This record gives sequence, C-alpha cells and structure tokens, in this order.
Amino acid sequence: MRWDDNPLLVVEHLTMRFGGLVAVNNLTFQVGRGDITALIGPNGAGKTTVFNCVTGFYKPTEGRLALAREGSATPADVEALTLSTNKHATTQTGELFLLERMPGNEIAWRAKVARTFQNIRLFQGMTVLENLMVAHHNTLMLASGFTVLGLFGAPTYRAAESQAVERAQYWLEKIGLTDRADDPAGELPYGAQRRLEIARAMCTDPVMLCLDEPAAGLNPRESMELNALLHSIRDDHKTSILLIEHDMSVVMQISDHIVVLDYGTKIADGTPEEVRNDPKVIAAYLGVADEEELASVEAEIGA
Amino acid sequence: MTAISQTSAVAETVDSAKLADRIKDATAAALLTVLLCVPIILLHADADIDGVLHANPRPWAVAIFALLAFFGRLAVSNAGAGVKKEARPESKIAATVRAATAKYLPPIGLVVLFVYPFVLLTLLGSGRSLKWVDSYGIQILIYVMLAWGLNIVVGLAGLLDLGYVAFYAVGAYSYALLATTFGLSFWICLPLAGILAALWGVMLGFPVLRLRGDYLAIVTLAFGEIIRSVLVNWVAFTGGGAGIASIPKITFFNLRFADEPDGFDAFFHLDYSPLHGKMFLYYVILCLALITNLVSMRLRRLPIGRAWEALREDEIACRSLGINTTNTKLTAFALGAFFGGLAGSFFSVRQGFISPESFTFIESATILAIVVLGGMGSQIGVALAAVFLIGGFELLRELDFLRAIMSSGTGVFVICLGVVVFGVIQSRKLAAQVAIVLIAAVFALRSFQLLPDAIFDKFAMPDFDPAQYRGLLFGLAMVVMMVVRPRGFISTRSPSIFLKEKKAVSGSLVKEGHG
Repeated sequence: MRWDDNPLLVVEHLTMRFGGLVAVNNLTFQVGRGDITALIGPNGAGKTTVFNCVTGFYKPTEGRLALAREGSATPADVEALTLSTNKHATTQTGELFLLERMPGNEIAWRAKVARTFQNIRLFQGMTVLENLMVAHHNTLMLASGFTVLGLFGAPTYRAAESQAVERAQYWLEKIGLTDRADDPAGELPYGAQRRLEIARAMCTDPVMLCLDEPAAGLNPRESMELNALLHSIRDDHKTSILLIEHDMSVVMQISDHIVVLDYGTKIADGTPEEVRNDPKVIAAYLGVADEEELASVEAEIGA
Repeated sequence: MTAISQTSAVAETVDSAKLADRIKDATAAALLTVLLCVPIILLHADADIDGVLHANPRPWAVAIFALLAFFGRLAVSNAGAGVKKEARPESKIAATVRAATAKYLPPIGLVVLFVYPFVLLTLLGSGRSLKWVDSYGIQILIYVMLAWGLNIVVGLAGLLDLGYVAFYAVGAYSYALLATTFGLSFWICLPLAGILAALWGVMLGFPVLRLRGDYLAIVTLAFGEIIRSVLVNWVAFTGGGAGIASIPKITFFNLRFADEPDGFDAFFHLDYSPLHGKMFLYYVILCLALITNLVSMRLRRLPIGRAWEALREDEIACRSLGINTTNTKLTAFALGAFFGGLAGSFFSVRQGFISPESFTFIESATILAIVVLGGMGSQIGVALAAVFLIGGFELLRELDFLRAIMSSGTGVFVICLGVVVFGVIQSRKLAAQVAIVLIAAVFALRSFQLLPDAIFDKFAMPDFDPAQYRGLLFGLAMVVMMVVRPRGFISTRSPSIFLKEKKAVSGSLVKEGHG
C-alpha cells in the first residue's frame, strides 16, 4: 500500500483533549503521497479536530505529525528531528516537518499544507480574483521586498504579480469562474463558493490539500464535477488530498484510502473495498446493531 | 359593494390602523421628551439685580420640544416604513453621474486644494483669509490626515482602535521635546516623531493581538488614556498639565516667518504678513496628507494591503493561507500610528504650545467618527467626511444668521411649523393640506398684524448661540447620516485588482471589521 511505502504525512498517537473531553484518542494513520485519503466517521467522531491539528489551528495534546514535503523520510530522520527542538530538518530527500510544533500560517507556507473549511470561509467582500491573489501572499510579499520595493513599483514585483494573476486565471478557468473574476465572492452561488475555496487553497501551491466536507450542499452534478476536479488536482498537480466527507458516493468513488473514526479512535483503515466490507464500520459507523437495519444500511452504502 | 371597493376599504382600515400606531408612537416620544425636558430646561436660573438666583419656569420651551419630538417622530416613523421599499435599480443618469464623480472628483479636488489659499488671498485679502486658511484649511487637513491614518487600522485591517489620539500625542510631544531640549529642526523631528509613534503602535499591538471586537476597542481606549495620564503626571518630563510652551515655529530653509530683517518676508522682499507662515503650514500639511493617501492607496494594491483587507474579512482563512496575522496586524497598527505621529508633530509646530488637553478621548472619537461617516476603507469618503464634520463644526461658530433667526420669535415659530408640516405630510395627505392652509392662514394673520406679537415673542430665543449647539447639531447630523446611509458617504468598496472590469463591491458584503 502506498500509504505504507511512501507516506507524505505520518500521524502517530495523536490525542486531543478539551478539558475532560477526549476528542481524538491515540490516533495513528498515514497519508500516502499522491493518494486521496478520506477521513470518515459519524458526527462528533473528531474528524475536524484531526484537521485542525494537522493544519495548526489546534496544538495537539499528544502525538507526532511528521510531514515529509519531498521524498520519504526515514524513521531515523524523524526520530532525530523529534529529539531536537527544531520544527523542521533538511534530510537527503527533502524537507521534513513536525506539524505539531508549528503555527498554522507556517504549516501553510513552509510545510505546504492547504485547507478549506466546513462552513465556507471566503473573503466575501473581496472579488473572486482578489481571493486568489491573497493566496499568493507570501510569494508576493517576498517579491515586493516586504512592501518596500513594491511601494516604488519595482519591476520584480510587477513580474511576480502578473505571474500570480496568470496562476489565478488558470484556476479560474479550471473551476469555470473566469467570467465572474471581478464579482465579489459573497455573491457567488454556493457550489461556486466551494470550488473557489478549493482554488484559493490550491493557489498556495500545496503538497497536501485538506478538504473539510467539500461535497456538502452540492447537487449530484456539482458532486460529479467536484470528483473530476479532485482527480485533476491529484493527477495533474501531484497534490495529495486528505478529505472529510459524509457523502458515501463521493467517498467510495474517489478515495484511494479510507480512515474511519468513531469517538475519536480509529476503527478501520484501508482501501474503499476493505472499509466497505468491514462489519465493524457498518455497525459502529452508523450505530446500528439490528440485523435488519444493518442490511438496509449495507444496501445504502453499496456493500 | 364591488370587490374593488372592498379591497380599498380594507386597505384604508390597515392604513388608519398604522396611522393610529404611529400617532401612539409619536405621543410616547413626546412624553419622553417632556420627562427629559422637565429637569433640563423647564427651570431657568436668572439672577436679579441683587445677584439672587431665581428659578423661572419655561413651560413654553418644554412644549416646543415636545411638539417637535411628536411631529419629528411621526415623520421618521413613516420614513422608516419607506426604507423597506424595494431598491430601484440605479438609473442611467445616476450611474453616469456617479462614474463621472468618481473619475473627476479627485483631480479637481486636488487642484482646488492647491490653489485654495491663493484664491482666498485674491478674493478676501491678506487679513480676512487668514482664518480661512488656518482654522478651515489647516484644521481640516490635519483631521483628513489623521482619519486617513486611522483608516488603515480600522477601515482596511478592521481593527477597531479607540485610542488613536495616543499616537497623535506621541508625535506632538516628540517634536515638542526634541525641539525644545535638543534644538532639532522640524524636518528632522518629523520622521523621528513618526517612527516613535510607530514604535508605540507596535507596543500597543503586541498585547492586543489576541483580542477582537469590543475587547480590542476597550484596550485601545485604555491605551489612549494611559498615554494622556502619563503626559499629565510625569511633570518633570512632559511639563504635566501646564504643557510645553514656546515650541519652535516652522522655518522655510531656516527663514523664520516673522517680522524681522532676516525673516521669510524680508528675504523675498514681501510685506510682512502672518498669512505667509500659515500658507506654508497649509502646504506642508497638504503634502503630508497627500503622502498618507498615496501610501495607503498603493499599499492597498500590494500584498500587505490585501492581507489587511483579508484579515478584516476572515482571520482564520488568512492563517490557512499562510499569512502571518501577527505581523499583518502589527504593520497596520505601526503604519496607522506612524501617520498619526506625523500629524501630531505637525500639530505641535503649528500650535507652538501643547498640553494633554489636546489629546482627550473626544479627539479619538472625532477621528473615528470621520472614518465611519466617510465609509470605512474609502479614501475620498473619509476626506469628504472630514470636511463635513470639522468644517461644519467650525462653520457653526460663524452662522450669525442662525442667531438672527432664533432670536426673532417668528423664526423659531416658522421652524416649528416646518417640522409640524413635514411630520404631517409624511403621515397623511389630507391632513397635510389642512396643515398647509393653517400655516398660510397664520402667516396671513401675522403679516396683517391681526395676531398679537406676544404670541410670537414667546418663541424667541434671544440668547441663542449656534456655537453652543454644535455638539447637539452634530449628534443629530450623525444620527441622520447613519439612518440614511448606514455604511457612510461612500459605502462601496473598490477592488484592488481586476481582470476585465472594475466593479464596485456592495458595502453589505464587506465586513465592518470587528477585530
């Protein structure tokens, strides 16, 4: 399995406590490079908490989140970095990061992990194009000499800006919003806002894209388009995807690897086939014990 | 009965029910006014010849206010119902006018600002134009600059700052102390004052990084008060409440604006006039304000400016895109403070005397009011609001015709009747016609001397001084503005970049910035 052979992110013993509540309990899983990994589970299973730990919005109570940005890191490298007080190390194959030691903005900029949110978080009063330009912040900041060069209209900055606009245009084309580039993001229909949020995340040029329920609220046709977009992101942009999703048709169709959570613990981990046939998942995931209901649930998720 | 007449009958019943509600509402407003007026204006203390104070009741005054409240409320409650009407699409002419205004107002305004002192000089002569250059030109421009500086913090970055005057104070005291202690020139102190204020901006920024909205506002308010208390109490350093006097005046390449053989006027073979110094100050503050504007306009199109606006829209999304929100907030505070410091330093060189009195909370509130009234984030709107607020505030000192109107009984009577008619027109057509006929009748009787003058004299306010009503009138103007244009003069946001066409973003989508 790719997530064992070439993991991009190795999550080990991740535990997150809020006071007495254990939201995530000793969770260990791996995200394969170039995979679409789905994190599923019933409401309140701790999926979004895992996301918030991975993207630096929460500092995990315990656990290690090792991300090998390029190539694969050996366990010895990870061990050495863990023993040091550093956040990242340069190994023979590339940069290695310990995400639990980094704040959110550094995870996005250095470790190249981008995310979207369950309740869409666009800059509503800014135009579609501006939303995508904000995603180029750090690159443009460097090109503008931390504003000083940009203030005097240096050519390096202007070149960098037009490059950023080109990239934004590429993504606008891809999500079919070129015609609405100059409209405020808040005026877009719901499905378009979801796509724009994904495009904005992709403009940060991530190695891993975390999507929190990307198909929520989409109609079947929009779901199909989303599947195509996610496949294109995985195949054309070599960006691995970690997603939370409730829509089983989406999850089963596009995932290469599924991790199932229940009450903060992992109850299954494998390919879609393995997970779909796992009786523990069928029973625990939907909280049914009854034979008859089980059959109907099985039929529903297509087992 | 036909169906149509039935419907109209129903509509009429609904209408009269509404009217009854509104009259009830207006009566409540009038009663409330009476309650408020009884302790405040019912009794007037007059001293007799022996200096003994007597309380003279003025029921007339209370009645006037109650009536004004009644009909004003009647009018407004109807206007409020009118607001809910569907917004009509902008007509072609209105759109053209708006586009033309947006295009031509800034360059025309700029030319007007540059020729303003000379036009005044030719029109009014040296003596009379002094006031117009000083208390209108310079005074307004100081506030334009301050508001543009605060606009970076509040309008762009969305950080509600109630203590902006602290940076103004730091700038002012920086110049005053550096100039009086070390004898440094204004042009050296100006950037130093800005940098010192920016440092204080960063110092304020650090503790408030985690705060948002109301909490942020309270801490910034406290910061403003701390700075003022230090200025009052650290007597050895700041001179305490007595302030710092005889701060060196501005010089033009070391030429002083004074009536002396090596002064500016003598050097250029001009007749001495205090106006020359004021005109130089005017151009200095004009340039400083324009620099503030230029820098903020440019920054808006740079990544830092977009990050500020993104921060106002959604801080969490910013972090997920790799934006360091700490640095972004601190730069906004520092830059806003920098321009506040420059303005403060200018204030100090203009006044020649500063004391903590000049840096009270009301200053912060005024600057913030300008930013809010102008439309947060809009440069031109903020400039217009500064002209309106500060210029209007100054203008109220001058309005002698207001005094003339208010001291004649007829004037007050006409104003009261005007409010009554407006209220009535707003409420009901037929009643309005009756009221207009009534007013016409009163005027006819008055002009033919058929009504005794005593009735009108009851309304006279001989002590009326418009300057004393400035606060009241401005409060009123602000309330009206916020009812009519809740997002300020210019409520749309102009995008910082566009692909094909620059479309204004409706103010309802833009966040107001609560931290």
